[in-house]
Amino acid sequence: MKEQGTFRVKKGMAQMQKGGVIMDVTTVEQAQIAEKAGAVAVMALERVPADIRAAGGVARMADPVMIKKIMDTVTIPVMAKVRIGHFTEAQILEEIGVDYIDESEVLTPADEQYHINKHEFKVPFVCGARDLGEALRRISEGAAMIRTKGEPGTGNVVEAVRHMRKVMDQIRQVVGKAEDELVVMAKELGVSLEWLQEVKKAGRLPVVNFAAGGIASPADAALMMQLGSDGIFVGSGIFKAANPQKVAEAIVKATMNYDDPKVLAEVSRGLGEAMPGLEMSTLTQADRMQERGA
Amino acid sequence: MKIGVLSIQGAVSEHLSHIARCDVEAVPVKTKETLCEVSGLVIPGGESTTIGKLIEISGLAAPIRERAHSGTLALFGTCAGLVLLAQEVLDGTKNQPKLELMNTRVKRNAFGRQRESFETKLEVKGFTSPLVGVFIRAPIIVEAGEDVEELARLPEGIVAARQGNLLAVSFHPELTDDRRMHQLFVEMCKVI
Repeated sequence: MKEQGTFRVKKGMAQMQKGGVIMDVTTVEQAQIAEKAGAVAVMALERVPADIRAAGGVARMADPVMIKKIMDTVTIPVMAKVRIGHFTEAQILEEIGVDYIDESEVLTPADEQYHINKHEFKVPFVCGARDLGEALRRISEGAAMIRTKGEPGTGNVVEAVRHMRKVMDQIRQVVGKAEDELVVMAKELGVSLEWLQEVKKAGRLPVVNFAAGGIASPADAALMMQLGSDGIFVGSGIFKAANPQKVAEAIVKATMNYDDPKVLAEVSRGLGEAMPGLEMSTLTQADRMQERGA
Repeated sequence: MKIGVLSIQGAVSEHLSHIARCDVEAVPVKTKETLCEVSGLVIPGGESTTIGKLIEISGLAAPIRERAHSGTLALFGTCAGLVLLAQEVLDGTKNQPKLELMNTRVKRNAFGRQRESFETKLEVKGFTSPLVGVFIRAPIIVEAGEDVEELARLPEGIVAARQGNLLAVSFHPELTDDRRMHQLFVEMCKVI
């Protein structure tokens, strides 16, 4: 008998993406460029985060027609985003058959209190997290993959670095703690003791953990990998650059050879103008997408 | 004896830990130099287009083909690895990169998209009890030459096969605690 949508199958799908780059695309042509450059998956959306930021207003799930067109064009997996807590958008994406759903703070949240109960879906979910508590809460809701939130659409890696370092630091703390201390830590983080015990046993998150939010260059990708990411999401960084094809290929190579400065030096050469970035201090509290859905 | 795991992209650490638990030294292989040291190489699950492209760029594809042909390297392809080993790939991307070593014709994503991915009990030739196969956007072998030995099958096609020093499975033995497929590969490497 075939058992579909088990947690092992959902989590396993993310494991197959490790060491790879997932790229945001808004058109069929961009999806083809991404696949050709060696992306392990594409994220189909109507606007890249930098444009969502610029446009303002309510950002929603992309048009299924556009997602479907991209699914028909590439053979690599296709992901798409839904608003935090918007389980109906997720039902629609599952129906059209996307391979992975990102319950994303990049879109305008639909629910300020609850995330989607992701156990109810056969399609796996990825969610953003800024620390271990957020990551384990999303996993207990059924997320099969975690990524840093970073600060999307800024081309500034500083927040992704902060979130990855924080999670890694907290994992090291968990590994070093005695059982009775874990009970207190579970309470502080708002997570169950069982999940913390699993983190302690494995010395890592129980699911794959990618970096996302502000990665704009091969060096950014390699930095995140050296800090312990399992792989990379690139949003605006590729198609807001002067030479998307070249930047996409360079980020793929940098992610694979993240610990080899020789390769990194080679792929970083002559990429042309990178996406214009945003300094964090220019963002108001309302501009900070990472605060959405903790 | 050392057994390598192609360390480009995908479920690398999972395979390394399974191989190590079979009491063999497991090494990640990213360069031609490390490839020289191993008797066997696992090509893990991941994205076949990505891995295929990067083994050509990194110069690993040629020595893998050479050593496999001369019988000095055993290969074990899981999921994407099964695709890369195949002689022919149906409905892949244009210029789907591959190693073209196994006398098989393969269909990618043969069971559907991620939503249709599944696990199931599987009878494998030579094993005394079934194993749990985890199939993730899995390919199948739709046709195999006479020199290919079928090891397991589902209604849709062949999901495990062996041809001399080559072993290929559609599913992910690295995602369960059952190490019998890896043990079988280790035995193949010992006689290389």
